[in-house]
Amino acid sequence: MDIKKSAVAGTLESSDCMVTVEPGNGQVDLDLDSVVIRQYGRQIRKVIYETLKNLDVNDVKLTVVDKGALDCTIKARIEAAVFRSNDIKDSLPWGGAIK
Amino acid sequence: MNPNLKRLRRSMMFLNCQKPGLIKDPYVYGPDSIMLDLEDAVAEREKDAARFSLYHALQEIDYRGVERVVRINGLDSDLWEEDIRCSVAGGCDAIRIPKTETAEDVKRVEAAVIAAEKEFGIEEGRTLIMAALESARGVLNALEICEASPRLFGIALSGGDYTKDLQTSISGTGVELMGARQHMIIAARAAGKQCFDTVYTNLNDMEGFRRDVETIHTMGFDGKSIINPRQIPIVHDIFTPKQKEIIFAEKVVREIDTKKAMGIGVFTVDGKMIDIAFYDGAKRTLALAKASGVYKGDL
Repeated sequence: MDIKKSAVAGTLESSDCMVTVEPGNGQVDLDLDSVVIRQYGRQIRKVIYETLKNLDVNDVKLTVVDKGALDCTIKARIEAAVFRSNDIKDSLPWGGAIK
Repeated sequence: MNPNLKRLRRSMMFLNCQKPGLIKDPYVYGPDSIMLDLEDAVAEREKDAARFSLYHALQEIDYRGVERVVRINGLDSDLWEEDIRCSVAGGCDAIRIPKTETAEDVKRVEAAVIAAEKEFGIEEGRTLIMAALESARGVLNALEICEASPRLFGIALSGGDYTKDLQTSISGTGVELMGARQHMIIAARAAGKQCFDTVYTNLNDMEGFRRDVETIHTMGFDGKSIINPRQIPIVHDIFTPKQKEIIFAEKVVREIDTKKAMGIGVFTVDGKMIDIAFYDGAKRTLALAKASGVYKGDL
């Protein structure tokens, strides 16, 4: 999927994360800030890159501010931001690109 | 038939799908069911994001046997069909229809659930339905709503909207809800379905809450919608048979079985006159006690 415009999903509340996607410069450019980066930084990055791969997003500037979100929340926020950047709200690929 | 149609549902706790912190571990409080809300609790501009959170929570969080019901958006919105696709694909246990007014409302949701089960390879019949009645028309049509689908396990009163429709408001006495409660429990029982009461929103009045739960328990309801974990122990305390009731029910069942074989129809247990009319009630007490984990006997 392309990132057609900037989009944001999530909050800065505890157990959540705020994800911002913007059109990229031909690659994935990740800026990650997390309250648990020392303990879980590697795992969070893994979840982020896997989610982008599932969505076939290869060109994006991605900013993630994590407040201790579970993996499932990180995935959900990235997907919400990516689909918002495409204005897609219906007929979503549950169990396909969203997994 | 789906074995969960008649499962234990004393407490059904609402949780806002917009808040990841709320839906990540509600099982620790021990409700019988959680109702993951895509409707009123979710802000209009967060409806899309709430679905992603819901889908992954359903897929990845182990709710440890707690039933996962999803409250979809109303059939008067353009959101409910995608809500059902998301919920069924995620593997929810049931769909709660808000603002149900007719049997046709239930049939529309049933058709969408069947289509979603087919689309996502979910076992046919796995996803149950419940209907919330939130208007005078909905309450009056309770029986046809109960009989609209074999997937429908029960109906629930939604007191806030219902009292608005009656042009009154929640008083705390329950007077304004009496007619709806009585009508709904009668309709539900006539159709062999479960019946659930509305939320009690004043969290500072736990005594009032207890009285409210005792009232609906006496009326025959199966459980209550709740909004806070603090309400769970009170509901479970009132809805779980006491040891004395369990022992008496056991005696009634055993005595009726024995006396029936001897050709005796009426007799006494602990000084009370008993006949066959007590049998089903005693069996129900034991089934509820077993489901609540307080009876390990063989009846």
